[in-house]
Amino acid sequence: MDKYNWALPVVTFLPLAGALVMMLLPKEEEQLHKAIALLTSLATLAVGVFVFLQFDYGNGHFQFLVDRSWIEVINSRFIMGIDGLSLPLFGLTLAVVPLVIIYSWNHIPDPGNPKAFLALMLILETGMIGSFVAEDLILFFVFFEIVLLPMYFMIGVWGGPERKYASIKFFVYTLFGSALMILSFLALYQHAHTFDMRQLRELSATIAHGTQLLIFGGMFVGFGIKVPMFPFHTWLPDAHTQAPTQGSVILAAVLLKLGTYGFVRIAINILPEAAKSWAPVIAVLAVIGIIYGALGCLAQTDMKRLIAFSSVAHMGFVMLGIATLTRHGINAAMFGMVAHGLITGMLFFVAGSVKDRFHTLEIKRLGGMLIQMPKMGWILGFASMASLGLPGLAGFWGEFPAILSAYSPAAGLSVGLFRTLMVIASLGTVLAAGYLLWLYQRTAFGTPPEEFADDPHVHDVVLTEWIAWAPFLLGIVVFGVAPGLMFNVTETALKALNLGW
Amino acid sequence: MPDFVAPTLDLHALAPEFVLAGVVCVLLLLDVVLLDRAKAIVGSIAGLGLLGSLVPILTLATSDHPTRTMFGGSYVVDSTSLLLKALFIVSAYVVVLLSTNYIGEGDYWESEYYTLLVSSVLGMTVMASARDLISIFVALELLSIPAYMLAAWSKRDGRSNEAGMKYYLMGVFASAILLYGMSLLYGWSGSTQLSEIGRAIGEKNSPAVTLGVVFVLVGFAFKVSAVPFHMWAPDTYEGAPTPVTAFLAVASKAAGFVALIQVIGQALVLRMNVMIPVVAVLAALSMTIGNLIALRQTNVIRMLAYSGIAQAGFMLAPFVASQYGGIDAIVIYLVLYAATNLGAFAVVMAIARRTRSAEISSFGGLFSYSPGLAVALSVFLASFVGIPPLGIWYGKLSVMRALIESQGRWATVLAIFVALNTAIAAYYYLNVAKTMWFDDAPEGESTPIKVPTSLRFAVGIALVATIALGVYPGPLTDAATPEATPAAAPSGR
Repeated sequence: MDKYNWALPVVTFLPLAGALVMMLLPKEEEQLHKAIALLTSLATLAVGVFVFLQFDYGNGHFQFLVDRSWIEVINSRFIMGIDGLSLPLFGLTLAVVPLVIIYSWNHIPDPGNPKAFLALMLILETGMIGSFVAEDLILFFVFFEIVLLPMYFMIGVWGGPERKYASIKFFVYTLFGSALMILSFLALYQHAHTFDMRQLRELSATIAHGTQLLIFGGMFVGFGIKVPMFPFHTWLPDAHTQAPTQGSVILAAVLLKLGTYGFVRIAINILPEAAKSWAPVIAVLAVIGIIYGALGCLAQTDMKRLIAFSSVAHMGFVMLGIATLTRHGINAAMFGMVAHGLITGMLFFVAGSVKDRFHTLEIKRLGGMLIQMPKMGWILGFASMASLGLPGLAGFWGEFPAILSAYSPAAGLSVGLFRTLMVIASLGTVLAAGYLLWLYQRTAFGTPPEEFADDPHVHDVVLTEWIAWAPFLLGIVVFGVAPGLMFNVTETALKALNLGW
Repeated sequence: MPDFVAPTLDLHALAPEFVLAGVVCVLLLLDVVLLDRAKAIVGSIAGLGLLGSLVPILTLATSDHPTRTMFGGSYVVDSTSLLLKALFIVSAYVVVLLSTNYIGEGDYWESEYYTLLVSSVLGMTVMASARDLISIFVALELLSIPAYMLAAWSKRDGRSNEAGMKYYLMGVFASAILLYGMSLLYGWSGSTQLSEIGRAIGEKNSPAVTLGVVFVLVGFAFKVSAVPFHMWAPDTYEGAPTPVTAFLAVASKAAGFVALIQVIGQALVLRMNVMIPVVAVLAALSMTIGNLIALRQTNVIRMLAYSGIAQAGFMLAPFVASQYGGIDAIVIYLVLYAATNLGAFAVVMAIARRTRSAEISSFGGLFSYSPGLAVALSVFLASFVGIPPLGIWYGKLSVMRALIESQGRWATVLAIFVALNTAIAAYYYLNVAKTMWFDDAPEGESTPIKVPTSLRFAVGIALVATIALGVYPGPLTDAATPEATPAAAPSGR
């Protein structure tokens, strides 16, 4: 398989190359910039499809492996590889970016300047893909951080009225987490003298338990902020609400997954013993996040902020699945990540288009969407149903297996605690149904409010929106009907990872 | 008394210093002979001379004997010192590029300016090789005294005079303290050579040695503007002509660190019990207080001054872990910091040519009318924050690695300080980026800023260095790591 070792670096750096080309062209050529950005992301997707076709689905180990020397002094190497845990998120990223660019075709947010907007998006893509395929801690850290700046500028330049506050909050929060995370990485290095993720579990097994707990703690803060877990979540509603639609979609669909992926790939994989001690803490915080996020949703008056809070709740289910430290739970978590990416991404798209037409997301002022623009209304309804976990749609397979997995956590974890958490988490799904249906009722049912009844700006879904959204809708159905497509991939990888549970 | 033995001179090893001394003489003579007509060429000659002195550095770096020792071990040319010399010279070259328009267009004396600048660089290159108290002190004065005068170069500007005066008084005060400490160390050990001193003070302890060590450290703490000896820096930086500020903030500060590296690395390694607490407190105070005050600044030069104090804290911290690659980390950090900081100053100067102001608020909307400059400055700011793969991230990583590796109590605490301060610093660096990108441009600003070629070139050099060394730090780490790692040093835990 390694004969295709050019594939991953190409996929990773192609968007960056596109961004560089765009930087050299004058910004007045707006259509040209859009075309270059789209072509770059499609070319990236094409190489990605090649990776999917050549991927050996029976093999749980890293494929397309590249291993070159990079920073010799600290024995950090340029290692990229892909396995069943990375593959779904890798695919999600590759698919989401071109769709977001298509959506941008006639939705460039104020103050315009597609050149800068799309170039930043391509740089973001490089960071995201790199994070999912890097198998060296320092390389991972580099990509993990590359993501920060483009997102900061996207929120800050193209965002809503409170964008300055939201963007700096997002940045400082995440940077704080990653500064502690890098200390943990260095502490691992101090014992193992390598940053190679493939070797670190074995080499770090001899670290004293107390030190392991500290190292895990640093990673916990770093990844926990990114997820975001309660109580580190406060940046998320602000960032989501203020970000332009495209930013919100990418944030929800991919960026949050960097945190959960980090937990599975790095924290738990390298330090399984420490993970056992931390698991109850993670599980309790996850469930607090589920309930707190749901209650937060019920209190929101802004549609986008409501969706943002629902992310806190959904990521709580993902973290609960991870905290059980069982293959069952982690499979559910991996599924939940992709499902949440598709569903919440879709919801943010709808919110963005609603905002475009009504210039407000105030739930009180909306209504009668099914009369005024029935297609948009149905899409919102569909995505809401998916989000509350309706069986047959993707959301179900992320949530319910995660709750079920808490029934029998890994050996050594308190069964009583996890079963209690399981009960509370299932209450969270009831709340989820509550806030989503209530949102849908208030915005889609009834008659259109007077102020917008004859507004010529209000029109139904347009072509670019259809093109950008169809794959999301399709994905939600396909993964809902045939969850095995993904479960088989992650299960093979988890088996090969052999975490001993 | 042993017989006098004539010292052997390795002319090749001394060639960079000779070239620089030659440039100083040529500049002086030109001024005397051509008078006002010299103005047109002094800048170019200084620049070419600096580049010329890089040639012997390159030949030395590629020669078969990378390590050359002279004068009984008082003067050493090895790969690290060559890297530092190259750092000083390239930094000075960029400062010359920054000065070309600034000094030419303002009401300044030009020939003397470049003469003093090159003299100061000569002091720095000597410092990089000095392994003896006397040569360190001579180098320190040679690099400082021209700098005092340069800081006051705007003769009719009260603030520039204040800058020079403050810098001078504090500098002399620091020199006095340093000399007192040196005399105590010499008195105890009977030698001016650092390695001898190290041996002598390692064997026995006495309050006099402790006092000497503390005084030497405090003296250098002034030079590198570490808290609580930083008071001069913001006023001096703000008042001095901007290219001089860049020179002080980059080259002069680096020279202070180089002196500390020699003194701590050669002489004080065996007095870690005294050295570690002093340096750790200085480092922690510098990064925290520098950052907190920088948060409140509205002038970009003052902000860079306080951020420089905070960065000095990051660079002081690894001395605590000097046997675990801490020294290499400092050298790496110095190089990356120089590239980023010079770049930032170059862009600020380019912008100030239009706005006539260094207030952060005057940068509003820069991205809309001069996107190139805005992107360049954003890259430098992100490098300051430590975002990979831009320059300083690797410096920060090396610092943290050394601190974690040493496992000392002080080092671990400092590592956490570094992490927390990284997040604090992000706020004020990004505040500048925020103004450039998110705020509206002032009325009537729509044409791009015209940047003179020399400034363009300076920004270009800094950008390439910041990005290239951040993406692939290999060559830098090779040069900064001594060939034979001294592993025999006792632990400083």
